[in-house]
Amino acid sequence: MNKNKEKLLAKRYSSEKRFQFLGKSAIFMALLFLAIFIFKIFSTGYTAFQKTWLIVPVNFDAETMYLDANPSKEDLEDADYFEISLQSMFNLDKNANEKQQNELKKMVSYFFEREIKQELINDPSLLGKTKDVYITASDDLDQVFKGNYPRDLPENQRRVTDYQLKIFDQLVEQGKVESKFNLSFFTYPDSREAELAGIASSFMGSIFSILVCLAIAFPVAVLAAIYLEEFAPKNRFTDFIEVNINNLAAVPSIVFGLLGLGILLAVFQLPRSTPLVGGITLSLMTLPTIIIACRASLKAVPPSIREAALAMGASRMQTTMHHTVPLSMPGTLSGTIIGLAQALGETAPLILIGMVAFVNTIPGSPMDPAASLPVQIYIWAESAERGFVEKVSACIMVLLGFLIVMNLFAQIIRHKFEKKWS
Amino acid sequence: MIKISAKNVDVFYGKKQALFNINLEIEENQVTALIGPSGCGKSTFLRCLNRMNDVIDICKVQGEIVINDFNINDKGCDVVRLREKIGMVFQKPNPFPKTLYENISYGPTIHGMAQSKQEMDEIVETSLKKAALWEEVKDRLHEPGTGLSGGQQQRLCIARAISVQPEVILMDEPCSALDPIATAQIEELIDELKKEHTIIIVTHSMAQAARVSQNTGFFHLGELIEHGSTDKIFKNPENNKTQDYITGRFG
Repeated sequence: MNKNKEKLLAKRYSSEKRFQFLGKSAIFMALLFLAIFIFKIFSTGYTAFQKTWLIVPVNFDAETMYLDANPSKEDLEDADYFEISLQSMFNLDKNANEKQQNELKKMVSYFFEREIKQELINDPSLLGKTKDVYITASDDLDQVFKGNYPRDLPENQRRVTDYQLKIFDQLVEQGKVESKFNLSFFTYPDSREAELAGIASSFMGSIFSILVCLAIAFPVAVLAAIYLEEFAPKNRFTDFIEVNINNLAAVPSIVFGLLGLGILLAVFQLPRSTPLVGGITLSLMTLPTIIIACRASLKAVPPSIREAALAMGASRMQTTMHHTVPLSMPGTLSGTIIGLAQALGETAPLILIGMVAFVNTIPGSPMDPAASLPVQIYIWAESAERGFVEKVSACIMVLLGFLIVMNLFAQIIRHKFEKKWS
Repeated sequence: MIKISAKNVDVFYGKKQALFNINLEIEENQVTALIGPSGCGKSTFLRCLNRMNDVIDICKVQGEIVINDFNINDKGCDVVRLREKIGMVFQKPNPFPKTLYENISYGPTIHGMAQSKQEMDEIVETSLKKAALWEEVKDRLHEPGTGLSGGQQQRLCIARAISVQPEVILMDEPCSALDPIATAQIEELIDELKKEHTIIIVTHSMAQAARVSQNTGFFHLGELIEHGSTDKIFKNPENNKTQDYITGRFG
């Protein structure tokens, strides 16, 4: 008898130990995957925040630019910079033949003329003098400098020629190549050239989409939730509505994209590729999430508070607006933010309504064409150029950062404002 | 004088009948205690008096409940006006998660009883004084009401109920969550309040019923078995069931 009991005890201990071991290993696995994922993203992405610049001496020769000695601001704007820009690149190797000159030109981004122009406009006194100017290196040299480009490939399989590498190595030796923080990644819109591509357009697109989504989904969802939870009679019809709201939350997002395409674009003729349409489509997705969160937090308000207000002679409307809704707001808001975070990461419906188009302007309103961050990741991930690989990871980092900030905010709201019931 | 008279009141929860043909008259400015074992319908009856049963979808109330010559079960009865006249204190203290001041001023605010801040301050002060809470909380009126002890919270709820000067106060086991000292304070308070208000109290404690009430009604299985003056019910009950319950043979 006693022995039997001891056996049972030992069994109980070992089963608990086994369970704890399994639980711990599950957590370990989850953390391991997360760590690998984050390490991979960061190790490929962090270089995108640096950009390589070539320091090239530029002779701001008034004659070549068809300028007189004291040009006005308009003259400076209209002057011809192409010649001096080309010349300063060619001067890197004075003995270059025509083919080599062409290769020299391709060592910098096609923006080099504009960068040189900006330099002179910022400081007109440079006219007639020679000055070292920072010029964005081409994405291939950028990758070479960051060590991401295999130099030992045969020349015909490389996008960088042996001649370009030779000149580049000379510049590096002279200290004329510098890596600086890549501000243009945040301020430039998308571009076909990796060295000039930035997330400004997609970032603004995402912000506008989220704002449109919030402006539509939040009031509709909160009103629906309050009515269903506090006022609607409980009958078959409201049960039916509840089931369908839950179903709506489970609809694949691409279906909402088709809806946006078929209704918003085709029937209502709203402008394609705009955050307005994107936001409306996303709001359909966010709606059930917010309704469910709001109803749950309304349900969590103790009935005793409602009874207290009703017994004081408050009407149903007053009870709801003075007590129940304010008490449910922390839960509703954090649910809303989580719904918006989901919408922020959504790609498929936006592709269908055309936000995947190549947009090289920064949108100023929800009516302008734009991309969004996850779609930008998708576009860049499809690009063949090596320079876009790090951009994809960097864009993921920005998106993740955005999501983390939003979720953190949701947590803070929930912890700070949620009432504790004794 | 009769304040409330219930005639042939039946209550149903869905198909289940919870109260059977209740006839009861409540005297003005007296304390009436409703006693009986759990589930006997005394709280249900109490909640009929300010139509709190409206909140429960499946609950149906039939019969007449006349207060001030007016049947509150009539279609024309406005529950907001009714509940302004008939206050309620619940079993578990349920202050709003707001400041003490806001807890008391809520009723007067929604019923438009104060024209100025000064008037409101006065209402808050007198309500708290009547509830014997003023001395303890006068320095922290703007702290949350949920931070008080259980007994203080319950007195806060009583102060909240009397802030709109109701004619009747319904109390649903107001001391069941409190310790003996807090209970004694509330009982003392009830004695004081009956000068201005008619009080109906549901209680599990027969000793409490005997201490605070002038009239008692005994409920059992949804029926009002016996009612009359507290003295008579406790010393000389007519019905055997009442006798058994009071002497502790069941319940």
